[in-house]
Amino acid sequence: MKDLSMHIMDIIQNSVRAEASLVELKITESMKEDLFSISIKDNGFGMSDEVLAKAIDPFFTTRTTRKVGLGLSLLKQNAEMTGGKMEISSKEGVGTELEAVFSHKHLDRPSLGDIAGTMVLLVGANPEMDFLYQHITDEGEYVFDTKEVKEVLDGMPISDPNIMQYLKEMIKENLNTILYR
Amino acid sequence: MAKVKSLADLKKIKEELHAKMDLREKSNDPEAQVQIKVGMATCGIASGAKEVMEFLIEATAKRGINSIVTQTGCMGYCYAEPTIEVTMPGKEPVVFGDVDLKKADEVIEKYIKQGELVDGIIPVNYKTIDNN
Repeated sequence: MKDLSMHIMDIIQNSVRAEASLVELKITESMKEDLFSISIKDNGFGMSDEVLAKAIDPFFTTRTTRKVGLGLSLLKQNAEMTGGKMEISSKEGVGTELEAVFSHKHLDRPSLGDIAGTMVLLVGANPEMDFLYQHITDEGEYVFDTKEVKEVLDGMPISDPNIMQYLKEMIKENLNTILYR
Repeated sequence: MAKVKSLADLKKIKEELHAKMDLREKSNDPEAQVQIKVGMATCGIASGAKEVMEFLIEATAKRGINSIVTQTGCMGYCYAEPTIEVTMPGKEPVVFGDVDLKKADEVIEKYIKQGELVDGIIPVNYKTIDNN
């Protein structure tokens, strides 16, 4: 994966497949504490202990179209390359929670990439789902909540290309005020 | 495009958005829409499916094509990612492989607009080897 936003896009596809109605993404960055953490929580159908134990095995997947499942193992490998870790917990019928922790300043930590574009694509492709994206840095905090956006749109489709473009700009503008340059 | 920095700004430009949308909704019969699915599993995303999907959403809207662009999981053609499945109204779906931005543009201009087949179609009778 080229950047962390692609990992996020990939991991959230699992939540989509698990029929989650709400996905919460929290990114915490701190230069002071040398921390970059990505936490993804969904209320999908979760995994049994047996499946969870094998979830990070690259040669395990619940799909039938192919025999590998690389998403989680790639993210774990990336986090560990920076001296960080990835943890995942899940409960059947309740949901799944994942946290990947990276060293912020480590050379092998991929850049965040186009997180605004990633969020908007996820929202546009899954208009029936809700997404809560919280980004915290030493400079401040930004929250993008699709429930609030849908309220403002008042029945207008969130998946409309024009609306998606506006939302992407809005997220970018707000992130620019709290991200490190 | 007006700058939207907050939800309050979004509220302000709602009318403008409504007008743009009304024009499109007049031809919003799902049966008449071109359906485009982009493979967005690990293999697709790592190969550039996100950029392809963004391009397809923007390009079809700008070129006035009545379409819906959605995402799907792995179709089993990991070797040919990014893959897209295009369903023209009343026709069978066609899967294109190795779709970069240039190929996506070609699919829109030649296949969707003119009905001409372009290189990169994954045959429907292709089956992955099942070792079970």
